[in-house]
Amino acid sequence: MSAWETVIGLEIHAQLATRSKIFSGSATAYGAPPNAQASLVDLGYPGVLPVLNAEAVRMAVKLGLAINARIATQSVFARKNYFYPDLPKGYQISQYEQPIVAAGALDIVLDDGEVKRIGITRAHLEEDAGKSLHEALPGVTGIDLNRAGTPLVEIVSEPHLRSAKEAVAYMKKVHTLVRYLEICDGNMQEGSFRCDANVSVRRSGAHQLGTRAEIKNLNSFRFVERAINYEVARQIETLESGRAVVQETRLYDPDRGETRSMRSKEEANDYRYFPDPDLLPVVLDAAFIEQVRATLPELPDQKAARFASQYGLSAYDAGVLTGSRELAAYYEDVVRELPQEPKLAANWVMGELAAALNKENLEVGCGRLPAARLAGLLRRISDQTISGKIAKEVFETMWSGGASADAVIDAQGLRQITDTAAIERVIDEVMARNPAQLAEYRAGKDKLFGFFVGQVMKATAGKANPAQLNELLRKKLA
Amino acid sequence: MSGWHTGTLAQLAADLRARKFSSVELVRAFLARIDASQATLNAFISVTREQALSDAAAADRALAAGSAGALTGVPIAHKDIFCTQGVRTTCGSRMLDNFVSPYDATVVAKLKGAGAVMLGKTNMDEFAMGSSSETSFYGPVRNPWNPQLVPGGSSGGSAAAVAARLIPGATATDTGGSIRQPAALCGITGIKPTYGRVSRYGMIAFASSLDQGGVLTASAADAALLLREMAGFDANDSTSVDTPVPDYVAALEQPLAGLKVGLLREFFDKGLDAQNEQRVREALKVYEQLGARLTEVSLPNLPLSVPVYYVVAPAECSSNLARFDGVRFGHRCESPRDLTDLYRRSRGEGFGAEVKRRIMTGTYVLSAGYYDAYYLKAQRVRQLINADFTRAFASVDVLMGPTTPTPAFAIGAKTSDPITMYLNDIYTIGANLAGLPAVSIPCGFVQGLPVGLQIVGPHFSEARVLSAAHAFQRVTDWHTRVPQGYA
Repeated sequence: MSAWETVIGLEIHAQLATRSKIFSGSATAYGAPPNAQASLVDLGYPGVLPVLNAEAVRMAVKLGLAINARIATQSVFARKNYFYPDLPKGYQISQYEQPIVAAGALDIVLDDGEVKRIGITRAHLEEDAGKSLHEALPGVTGIDLNRAGTPLVEIVSEPHLRSAKEAVAYMKKVHTLVRYLEICDGNMQEGSFRCDANVSVRRSGAHQLGTRAEIKNLNSFRFVERAINYEVARQIETLESGRAVVQETRLYDPDRGETRSMRSKEEANDYRYFPDPDLLPVVLDAAFIEQVRATLPELPDQKAARFASQYGLSAYDAGVLTGSRELAAYYEDVVRELPQEPKLAANWVMGELAAALNKENLEVGCGRLPAARLAGLLRRISDQTISGKIAKEVFETMWSGGASADAVIDAQGLRQITDTAAIERVIDEVMARNPAQLAEYRAGKDKLFGFFVGQVMKATAGKANPAQLNELLRKKLA
Repeated sequence: MSGWHTGTLAQLAADLRARKFSSVELVRAFLARIDASQATLNAFISVTREQALSDAAAADRALAAGSAGALTGVPIAHKDIFCTQGVRTTCGSRMLDNFVSPYDATVVAKLKGAGAVMLGKTNMDEFAMGSSSETSFYGPVRNPWNPQLVPGGSSGGSAAAVAARLIPGATATDTGGSIRQPAALCGITGIKPTYGRVSRYGMIAFASSLDQGGVLTASAADAALLLREMAGFDANDSTSVDTPVPDYVAALEQPLAGLKVGLLREFFDKGLDAQNEQRVREALKVYEQLGARLTEVSLPNLPLSVPVYYVVAPAECSSNLARFDGVRFGHRCESPRDLTDLYRRSRGEGFGAEVKRRIMTGTYVLSAGYYDAYYLKAQRVRQLINADFTRAFASVDVLMGPTTPTPAFAIGAKTSDPITMYLNDIYTIGANLAGLPAVSIPCGFVQGLPVGLQIVGPHFSEARVLSAAHAFQRVTDWHTRVPQGYA
């Protein structure tokens, strides 16, 4: 057991998938020319006022219900005051003392299969800031306010995570959830899903938390893992050399794989939070909350449990297949065509299909190989028309060409040989052609069995039914 | 066109419709008065002559076509705190000296829609912070009753312009008394509506939870007409209230007999000038004669309204004014060395002393360690003051008392002592803290200077408050008095 225990809490920022911004009518689409999506409200012009986007509220409530949290019947927007050029009003509208969502939880599965419950302190609505462009223009800083006012939900976990791996597992879980709920596109490259990690270490068995550092703006699972591992090692090294960890904000540099101090607690802003007088408290009644509850989809955990029991899948397979709504739907579409083979379907969806998608960086919903097509291929394995090995070749052809399994099998003459007499005929030929190997085998060199299998397969272009071949060959060689 | 400049808004609108004179003629005549008085009164920051004449010509065409609205062709002015598209909107500050608004405030758009013709933007205390209209970057406004005196503030430009009949009506805003106090000091009528009655969209924010747009006019009847056209729910202002706007004009004549009037004991205190009090008492007698029933009421927490206000208002202002940073609009210092220098000098040069004082006060009361002691405590006391008003309105229809402790004071008399200046709003702040509608009407003179009577009503009782003011003006003529030289 290590002498040190790691304690991590994550603040995840998920960009809500609303069409317009949280306090203005501007579009939220990514990639527009700088400031093309910045209205007078986003620019913080004199006299303008914020108007809350009801859809953002609905989405936050959806999240809260999905993590079994308390939905505040009254929540309050507050101003977080600080000066920065990409913060047009000089304050960010956020929620402080009265967030819309409080006290929820999510379960993660640890490496040893144990389920661990991670508490979620709160989730609150806020607006994003704009972007400062330091590289685009020589000698000056450009400001792009397209992102300013984009709705975010900040999901704050309890310090329940004990390793970088747990932190990643939790973050992935949240990532899956927000996409299930269709409240966030989860696109990490575009910054739609990112997190700050609060990391500290303490002596194993200690009750008091160590001094923490906050690592800002981690926008990939890999960075989260590396940044935390680096930071944990740094803090342990600091403490073991007799120095103290300083409470500070740090930045992760992915090129160097290290975290660097950004500002210390002493330099931290006094944000002077106070309720935003331009916005009324958000008051939600039970009827509204129930109305939102009715729109909740089957959640990842529920779906995984159902997959395990309904299709007889392992917890692991059920977890993988329910990793996204699209993947789960695809799998179920395959099984609907081929109800007798849920495990075969699982193996192929997680195996060949996932690999092929991965290789070309495609999403399962891309339409390249519709579920019915894959089911058509699996049906031919199931009815022994082709072997699993041949099926992989057929899959390749289907993947690149788009034909149905039967068309490929027929065109290439890949139909499996299941006629006992035909297989026996080939075996006889092979035995006749290889008297030396036959003698050696019969003298006890069992390893040569594989040689004969290979020869028969070669002669039948791989089409002999493997199980039948094994059985017949064993009889003939005896 | 004789007597046109003392005509009521309704009369002017009627005369325009009757084609007694054209809007262009009327606008030219008022522009001439504005020009003639500007050197003395300094009531305007911008005069939008060409736009006004072209709008007046358009109004004349509408009048000729018979498609006139309630205010078609009638000249008005806007306090320079309201954003006006394509027109400089300064808020009385060097910070916005170069700011041409790309949009119209809702109030501006509504009055435009009703046909009113804007002649210019009126002078004001910088960012509406002040009670004397002396903190303007464009120099102090002078009181038409005596140019050595202040007109009150912050809407001093609008008040002086209406008092001198440079314009028949003007918009204004009131955060702690900025409509009612200058109305009292200039001898005109001013109404601060219920918080949420008039949209704040496009009204440059000082203290968002207290700011409310309203009007300054000669009479309550004119105030009713202007307010009717500018009030109402606005989807762009989340704090505006979605409740129908009554026809304040039609409600003016409702009977006054039986009106239960509460006299605020706390207002008739030792700070009230004796002669000022005398005029107010005389006005109350008139109400009694009209059939009102007067009773004394006490709002024990009301004396705390000034300290509460000077925590809440600066707190909100310190945040509201953060957007003036020299980055996107407004004043930017010459060749900034770096970001901090840009902020420091742009804001240091752009803001005047009173604005800086309030930003500093507000920043302080919101700071970690002081928030609870100041901001939070002030909010709690604000609740107590609200509760006091609610209790009072359970037994009376309206509250009456003086608008200010004294008549107009000399320019420069209080600028070196902010606390004395702040105490000028002692009777007006309560209505802002509680979000209540309140009017000030002229009720007499002390040594040739006008004195104001304040009427405060429950939320959304504008019709009641205005009709009570109108009843008084039907039997008195204080509101028709015009300062010497402007008759």
